[in-house]
Amino acid sequence: MRPFRYERPDRLADAVALLGEGSARVLAGGTDLVIRLRDGSLRPEVVVDVKRIAEIDDGIHEVDDRIVIGARAVMTDIAAHPRIRADFPALAEAALVVGSVQIRNRATLAGNVCNASPAADTAPALLVYDAVVVATGPDGERRIPIDAFFVRSGVTTLGPGELVTAIELPLPTQPRGSVHQRRTRRRGHDLASVTLACAITPDGTTRLAYGSVGPRPVLATAAGHAGPVGEVLERMLAAAAPSPTSLRASPEYRLAMLRVHAERALDTARRRLAEQAAQ
Amino acid sequence: MSDPLRIEVRVNGRTRAFEVRPHHTLLDSLRDDLGLTGTKACCLVGECGACTVLLNGRSVDACLVLAVEADGGDVVTVEGLAVDGQLSALQAAFLETGAAQCGFCIPGQLMAAHALLATTPDPDRAGIEEGLAGNYCRCAGYEQIIEAVQLAARGTTGPSDAHPAADAHSARAAHPDAADRPDVADRPDAQVAPQ
Repeated sequence: MRPFRYERPDRLADAVALLGEGSARVLAGGTDLVIRLRDGSLRPEVVVDVKRIAEIDDGIHEVDDRIVIGARAVMTDIAAHPRIRADFPALAEAALVVGSVQIRNRATLAGNVCNASPAADTAPALLVYDAVVVATGPDGERRIPIDAFFVRSGVTTLGPGELVTAIELPLPTQPRGSVHQRRTRRRGHDLASVTLACAITPDGTTRLAYGSVGPRPVLATAAGHAGPVGEVLERMLAAAAPSPTSLRASPEYRLAMLRVHAERALDTARRRLAEQAAQ
Repeated sequence: MSDPLRIEVRVNGRTRAFEVRPHHTLLDSLRDDLGLTGTKACCLVGECGACTVLLNGRSVDACLVLAVEADGGDVVTVEGLAVDGQLSALQAAFLETGAAQCGFCIPGQLMAAHALLATTPDPDRAGIEEGLAGNYCRCAGYEQIIEAVQLAARGTTGPSDAHPAADAHSARAAHPDAADRPDVADRPDAQVAPQ
């Protein structure tokens, strides 16, 4: 691994200043970063470890009308959190299929979104739940809707020197059935060939978000009376544009599997909504 | 740039203070600085699990953790599983079922299984498969490894019997003789001279 300077600031302001220096990378869980430091595809001068910053925590808290997930919270804790499992099951399910136990014990949700992999399993769930990314930079704090955060693989709308401190999920104001689904090449841990989340509310409004079928994860919404299910799905999935050069699966296969998994997700989300209504 | 940093880490129950370079991983430090070569280096991308250790009670791939990140933390390696020269129940179960073929993946398998049993003392087969999904065995000895974990777990279901494998670390850490075990003793050359 190429040498770098290691900084472990205690205060957010110091981290922001360090990130403003130029060739700096944020280290949270390290499950993506350390691989890229080792293979030389990233060569920062400074690595800023954010795990000792007082203002960034590893907890999951309910604050007013939302759940706040600290930028240091790891997948294991997100997947196991009772409130996430009850109100945001697609996120809990997605967190539970990221990597292996060892990876989930280190990998953070904030790192997953900042890495902006098109195949990030948590991204579709965050999209259907209208998550907000909270970031602090040289100009102070900013709240970025998740749909305005992803640009393309490895690129987000974070500005220079900006650092994600938390991810927020608005608490549901009505019953909601939701689920995460994905396709991998094999059982066991693998990157997704298709990853998606679906959420349905009692008025029939359907939110479908999907990844690994284009440069960034996509959110599509349909009203309850939008037409026959087949046609609605067709429209919702129209933004899928899988890369022809990806090794994991052909575009044809991904599009076919996207349709299959979207139908399954719709069924499961409807069933979960009905189960909630029955309670 | 990249000056050595002094860190203090509790390794297998004993506090070790030594210097590391920022770009060295916990795996590098365990093997090269502390001489704990039970932890294996293999894929170096967090896929194979051969370098699995416990960091602050949780299983991690040591190849993806910088040594300096472990500063102030608690690390358990495969060398820390046995108590007073006695194999843990889990290690004994691996022997009993013949889970080790070439043996290379076994330290990682043991640490992953140890972590699994610490949180899930009686996992079902699917739970074991998921708990060990981050540990490859290229001899494909998975059946025997799963049997070993089942065997170790069954050993815990007896009345008033605390889990021997899951408790091994805390028991050993609390043991007055723990510091005298040769495999965790401080080496005089623990001051690292990076290349």
